[in-house]
Amino acid sequence: MAAVDDLQFEEFGNAATSLTANPDATTVNIEDPGETPKHQPGSPRGSGREEDDELLGNDDSDKTELLAGQKKSSPFWTFEYYQTFFDVDTYQVFDRIKGSLLPIPGKNFVRLYIRSNPDLYGPFWICATLVFAIAISGNLSNFLIHLGEKTYHYVPEFRKVSIAATIIYAYAWLVPLALWGFLMWRNSKVMNIVSYSFLEIVCVYGYSLFIYIPTAILWIIPQKAVRWILVMIALGISGSLLAMTFWPAVREDNRRVALATIATIVLLHMLLSVGCLAYFFDAPEMDHLPTTTATPNQTVAAAKSS
Amino acid sequence: MAEAEESPGDPGTASPRPLFAGLSDISISQDIPVEGEITIPMRSRIREFDSSTLNESVRNTIMRDLKAVGKKFMHVLYPRKSNTLLRDWDLWGPLILCVTLALMLQRDSADSEKDGGPQFAEVFVIVWFGAVTITLNSKLLGGNISFFQSLCVLGYCILPLTVAMLICRLVLLADPGPVNFMVRLFVVIVMFAWSIVASTAFLADSQPPNRRALAVYPVFLFYFVISWMILTFTPQ
Repeated sequence: MAAVDDLQFEEFGNAATSLTANPDATTVNIEDPGETPKHQPGSPRGSGREEDDELLGNDDSDKTELLAGQKKSSPFWTFEYYQTFFDVDTYQVFDRIKGSLLPIPGKNFVRLYIRSNPDLYGPFWICATLVFAIAISGNLSNFLIHLGEKTYHYVPEFRKVSIAATIIYAYAWLVPLALWGFLMWRNSKVMNIVSYSFLEIVCVYGYSLFIYIPTAILWIIPQKAVRWILVMIALGISGSLLAMTFWPAVREDNRRVALATIATIVLLHMLLSVGCLAYFFDAPEMDHLPTTTATPNQTVAAAKSS
Repeated sequence: MAEAEESPGDPGTASPRPLFAGLSDISISQDIPVEGEITIPMRSRIREFDSSTLNESVRNTIMRDLKAVGKKFMHVLYPRKSNTLLRDWDLWGPLILCVTLALMLQRDSADSEKDGGPQFAEVFVIVWFGAVTITLNSKLLGGNISFFQSLCVLGYCILPLTVAMLICRLVLLADPGPVNFMVRLFVVIVMFAWSIVASTAFLADSQPPNRRALAVYPVFLFYFVISWMILTFTPQ
């Protein structure tokens, strides 16, 4: 008696077909939640947009903010969290290195190259290469300088590798930490337009050290003038890169504080390069005439045999 | 069953007899044996697998492992595209090579502690920490090689450099001079290139193609540093 037909399962099929069958039926449309923020009027976000504009670039700031929020979502104890810091391709690393070698006043290194994707690959391996470049070049340079001397016995000076590693890695990680802390502190006092995250600062410092790798290799040349010219060139390039990167972050501040910050950054950079030059590379002797008469024969013989 | 057979095949009986009616009367006495042996035709071979690695002589165990290590050495010396190093990885070979290299590279204790060649521990740490760092790097970049497989490959590919160290030590027994240095330089360069080619042949395929250079560069740096240590070794 119970109408078996009532209990039959009904096929509803396509919405289009049911609408054509029953045009007056009510329909429910579920919107994509990603589109709803666009419908809000521009005024509540207007004041915030100017501040965020420089921060996020001139792209669609909604989308980049959503995407940036979605990117690093793994908890910090999983392996995937750390994989997000190595999410770079070969050409991206090369582009960043090229950008660090040619600082152009209009372009901000962070904004242009890194803003999408700070990585730890570049800073880590550039520092490792620099450590070994300085240690090996220092050793080679000392060997070449003292080549003719009778009393010189070559030693590989392996201990200097660990000293170089400590210096370079401390510089590349502790100075960005201090700078980031300082910028955060100033940000709490003065509203700055541009602020950098810790990873971005580490990235800038890491890539700015790249110029020192060829410089260290060229420091093998035992001429004082050549070495100091190289110091000036390297300091000019990487110092200007750092200054141009951090100037937008401090220019809203008190004039003196801003200038002092930039001056400190460049000064620390100079200390690093001059310190490495002084410690790892012996001072080249000038090519003096030897005082005794016996030694010219020996030096000539040594020069001929080498 | 006997009961079922006894009943006449008469479908017309009023009360049908249930099957297995008398089964409850059967009791298992102790006389009926219920135990036995299951024998499989290949009995002797299974017995051999059971106690193969536990009861064999120590010499067999050691020779088996040594043969595996030796086979991998051959794969390193003649690098072809094969999976042996990756499939049956072991860390004996890297350990033997690393200890040999560190023993040959360490400076004498009579040497001045101020500056000189590396100590045994320093070489050991550089080799193992370097290999671990390169492995972590390649995994973080998205490579699909396991941790120990990568350690195994990197360790085994130190073999050419160990051979270079042996040759250098022999060459250093001759009189020192620039010819001596040139011979050593040549040997170290050739072995360095061999190590790089061997390890790249095994490791490069596990990386996504747009990051291959990023994963291979640290390997290059690693073997370069070891080559430098070998080249600058000076006996007292």
